[in-house]
Amino acid sequence: MKINVTINNEKKELEIAPDDILLDVLRRYGYHSVRRGCDTGMCGICTVLLDGKPVPSCSIFAARVDGHEITTVEGLPEAKELAKILAEEGADQCGFCSPGLIVNTVYLKKLKIKKIEEVKIKLIGNLCRCTGYVGQHRAIEKFLGVEK
Amino acid sequence: MIKFKEYIKPKTIEDAYNLLTTKNAEIIGGGAFLRLSNRKIDVAIDLIDANLNFINEINDSVEIGSMVTISEFEENPVLSKLYNGFLKNVSETVLSFQMRNIITVGGTLYPKYGFSDLITALLVLPTEVYLYKSGKFSVEDFLKTRLEHKDILAKIVIKKENLKTSFQYIRNSEYDFSILNVAVSKGNEVKIAVGGRPAVAQLAYKTMQFLHGKDLNEEIIKEAAKMVSEEIPFADDIKASKEYRKKVCEALVKRALLEVM
Repeated sequence: MKINVTINNEKKELEIAPDDILLDVLRRYGYHSVRRGCDTGMCGICTVLLDGKPVPSCSIFAARVDGHEITTVEGLPEAKELAKILAEEGADQCGFCSPGLIVNTVYLKKLKIKKIEEVKIKLIGNLCRCTGYVGQHRAIEKFLGVEK
Repeated sequence: MIKFKEYIKPKTIEDAYNLLTTKNAEIIGGGAFLRLSNRKIDVAIDLIDANLNFINEINDSVEIGSMVTISEFEENPVLSKLYNGFLKNVSETVLSFQMRNIITVGGTLYPKYGFSDLITALLVLPTEVYLYKSGKFSVEDFLKTRLEHKDILAKIVIKKENLKTSFQYIRNSEYDFSILNVAVSKGNEVKIAVGGRPAVAQLAYKTMQFLHGKDLNEEIIKEAAKMVSEEIPFADDIKASKEYRKKVCEALVKRALLEVM
């Protein structure tokens, strides 16, 4: 079946199977920043925006997004600023989880979330197996302008 | 692995119902964990474009379409303030934010998931469930009713009342499923619901009757908490034993009742 979807503001027609998963389709069409982690919706690594909201692309059928909008990290102009801060704060090690984390954090910036408790509630599903989160917290707080 | 022959996104609930009843079809709800199942379905029906993602505040009630995701309890200005943020607090601790953005109200309620935190919370509020063909049920009747034919959950309606509420849970880690959860509300009457038993949540009727007309104090709360743990049936599963759940239930009910005292 064919689906029409806007990916990073570009209209695309994609050929998919009815039971294809969005993550697999995105990677097949070259969106390699969307990475496979746990494949069960629990690690946050495959996060993309669906109609502006962060979702796990490993847990959505690609057919669902027909007629909708997908944004990956490449489609977010604010992503570069956060990536730079993450690097400055030593928050990246292997970097595998960074695209998903950046997508979710940029969404928080759009909501103007500045309370650390709220940030933690929204980012609890972005797992990182290298850093221990301290550097990431510093970077995210700086990026969002978290109230001290 | 899940296999579909067709994936259809009807524009109306009527079209969805016609598909559901004429083919080997299923509503996929939020579809959050569906891909982990090993099944073959001819037609997957996705309600994402069927105009069921509405949230309407009407007089003293709020109606919530079945495709509203549970993250709306955190983000929607009406839902996040309902019962002083009770449902916001419950939904904020469910799995991850990304998952909460795909898990729907209908996809949680219709299959009557035992692990659901939301169902336990809704049981202690004046909540009605509207099915497209079978009509209106209180949430507690809906959970007890075995439908004779396939149906579609269209919306739920939560009435606003002046209730004190509490939600308690125990988990292995912060964003895991609850091993056990307890919700309590107190207005003129006290309502106590226990979920993650691991079967679907239910009300503790005997204990609620015991508390009828009584003022809550520490002694009565202690007695009531023990009664709930003896009244509610528990079972073993991979997360915990029946005996463990029974002990935890007593502690959680006690904490919840103390909060609404």
